[in-house]
Amino acid sequence: MAVKGLPQEPSARQIMPPFGEEHGELRDSLRRFVAAELAPHADEWERERWFPDELFPRMGELGFFGLGKPTAIGGQGGDVLHEAVLAEELAACGSAGVAAGLGAHVAIATPPVWKFGTDDQHERYVRPSVAGTKIAALGITEPDAGSDVASLRTHAKEVDGGWIISGEKCYITNGVRADFVVMAVKTTAEGGHGGISFFIVDTDQPGYSASKLEKMGWHASDTALIALDEVFVPTENLLGGINEGFKLIMANFQWERLMMALGSVAAMQLIFDKTLLYAAERQAFGRPIGNFQAIRHKFADMATTIEAGRALTYHALRLFYDGHDATREVTMAKLKTQRDCFEVADQCLQIHGGAGYMVEYGIERAVRDARLGPIGGGTDEVMAEILGRSMGL
Amino acid sequence: MAATSAVLKPDFDQKRSHFIFTDEHEQLRESIRNFAKKELAPHADEWEETTFPDSVFTRMGELGLLGLDKPEQYGGQGGDYYTSLVLAEEITHAQSGGLAMGVAVHTDMAMPPILAFGTEEQKQEWVVPAIKGEKILCLGITEPDAGSDVSAIKTRAVKDGDEYVINGSKTYITNGHRADVIVLVTKTDADAGYDGFTLFLVPMDSPGVIREKKLEKLGMHASDTALLAFQDVRVPETAVLGQVGKGFYHIMWELQGERLIGAAGCVAGAQHCMDRTLEYALERQAFGRKIGNFQAIRHKFADMATKLEAARQLTYMTAWRFQNGEYPVREISMAKLFSARVACEVADECIQIHGGAGYMKEYGIERVWRDMRLNRIGAGTDEVMLDVIGRSYGL
Repeated sequence: MAVKGLPQEPSARQIMPPFGEEHGELRDSLRRFVAAELAPHADEWERERWFPDELFPRMGELGFFGLGKPTAIGGQGGDVLHEAVLAEELAACGSAGVAAGLGAHVAIATPPVWKFGTDDQHERYVRPSVAGTKIAALGITEPDAGSDVASLRTHAKEVDGGWIISGEKCYITNGVRADFVVMAVKTTAEGGHGGISFFIVDTDQPGYSASKLEKMGWHASDTALIALDEVFVPTENLLGGINEGFKLIMANFQWERLMMALGSVAAMQLIFDKTLLYAAERQAFGRPIGNFQAIRHKFADMATTIEAGRALTYHALRLFYDGHDATREVTMAKLKTQRDCFEVADQCLQIHGGAGYMVEYGIERAVRDARLGPIGGGTDEVMAEILGRSMGL
Repeated sequence: MAATSAVLKPDFDQKRSHFIFTDEHEQLRESIRNFAKKELAPHADEWEETTFPDSVFTRMGELGLLGLDKPEQYGGQGGDYYTSLVLAEEITHAQSGGLAMGVAVHTDMAMPPILAFGTEEQKQEWVVPAIKGEKILCLGITEPDAGSDVSAIKTRAVKDGDEYVINGSKTYITNGHRADVIVLVTKTDADAGYDGFTLFLVPMDSPGVIREKKLEKLGMHASDTALLAFQDVRVPETAVLGQVGKGFYHIMWELQGERLIGAAGCVAGAQHCMDRTLEYALERQAFGRKIGNFQAIRHKFADMATKLEAARQLTYMTAWRFQNGEYPVREISMAKLFSARVACEVADECIQIHGGAGYMKEYGIERVWRDMRLNRIGAGTDEVMLDVIGRSYGL
């Protein structure tokens, strides 16, 4: 250790728990993959409003869709921390739409089937999902039911050998390209918390149609409006118990939100680093703009915001990983990092000036992409409700 | 897999502690809290008028609370850095920012440089009685014309034979009136820039040390804050603390520990304030219901709790780096900046939720607000923190 109280170089930073040396190799290989196979195409995929379906089998081949799954189902035998590394590293592709499409498949749509599915469902859906040969989507939101999931209208009617589902789902990531949609549906007349069930809906069934929605950001991702006109679903595709769907919805929220927080922390760091390079190069009034105090302080503010978000998110992740009920901490991490990500991106836009407003630099895209954070996965207002109620209010 | 009930009804009360703390830390936490609640808090209002008595030091010394992370050979408890953090957090239950500051100046600002840079004789002379609470320490950096810009200080120490003669003045000195010794930052070589500073241990009863006046302040009323003058104060060479000419670097090192302790105190103090406000919001009725049940108020609490948790985690993770041998100046500056801002925002929001009552002295919320405000100025202003952080990125 250096001598106290004399000039010294900053010391090397230790890896912050829960991550350790053992995650370094995975991080490196993900980083290489993202840099070589995703980032170079991000602009093109944004313009095309689509990234190729082939990315799914490619990710599967590399084992990235099974990081936390046992080898028996084709996974890598890791745990949630390995999946957390994926959430962080995917953000580096520079297109939230790509990260969202891949993330929705692995972290949002597949987990309920894995957690609540039968062996048969694991074989038919989880195994191909891990391999990337089948693409998954999660269908909860409807035109008239967003944060308030209890007011779903899409309903299922029991018939011989299965169910007939009718209704509409919207804002469904991967909805157009999906091979199956894990869908929340009313199975009682009243619906509500005690009347929702989950079904795995094969999208090649007659009566299923999906169309793409245009969005403010996340351009590379496929976001669908799904119409279900008497779509037949066999009995063996009921996921979990009948009328226990609300539990399934709630069960994955913590993980989904944690992944969002991790992704946002990484995204903030990425755009910060990018903007730092710009500020050190860009000259105005005879010096690099980063040397103006106003700009320096913007960076200091952003760095502090990012570090606080990271500390909070890693705390939530540690609790989650250790098996604690981390609802409060996850909710806080989600709330804080999504807001922050948008604000940081907006500051980076400001520092870039006119260049930031141009599509070329990728900064305006980051701002537009980040704006979804405070809405998706439960709005800021819903997060605040959860936290307020946790205090007995 | 979680049971249905656990999924639908989260267990918000589940006990969890941060990984940096062990059971021993938790026991220490408990005992400091009990002490603060039982022996300090009942006098908090009175001490706002009179400043807290010196006997607080002797009592805390008796309980072993003034040397938690100090070596056993000097009477300390030999604990890790986290024990110091625990003290900073739990002393907030005394409900007196001024008291917490007076104690922190003694244990975490003035004492560390003596232990780090002092000779064995200096440690025996000052640290041993300071840990017992029999001698009180203060630290003299700020001057009337030099605050955040430490390099601009003018207090001079001039070598005269085997003595130094000190002239100058120091201001905003916490414990300045009651202290037995001051860790004094002086300039010994006007032409050497950052290499021209030297620290001294100056006994406060030395001829020429003048305690000019007690300064009145916005908050921190329980602490004594002095304007000091040094007129031809003669000290022997043995009063030099650390290396001649390295005082600036010594004090910059000292400031790191101080800032982190300050961050922990901010978070804990603001948490405490929020907890009291939560109780109030669950009792106070308006428009036919508890005000806490209005969504606008509920969301204020959600925001406050989130900010506080983020500040706490940032502080803990930085403490973890510090304890494990890093010298994380950037992160410490972040923790200090963020926690101080959050604490001020939370205190202000707590006044708002209390309404008129919050503006009244009786509830003690306005005091927290006044006390907290110092944290964005003391130990390096927000603006200095921003500069330190920004420069760490090469800007």
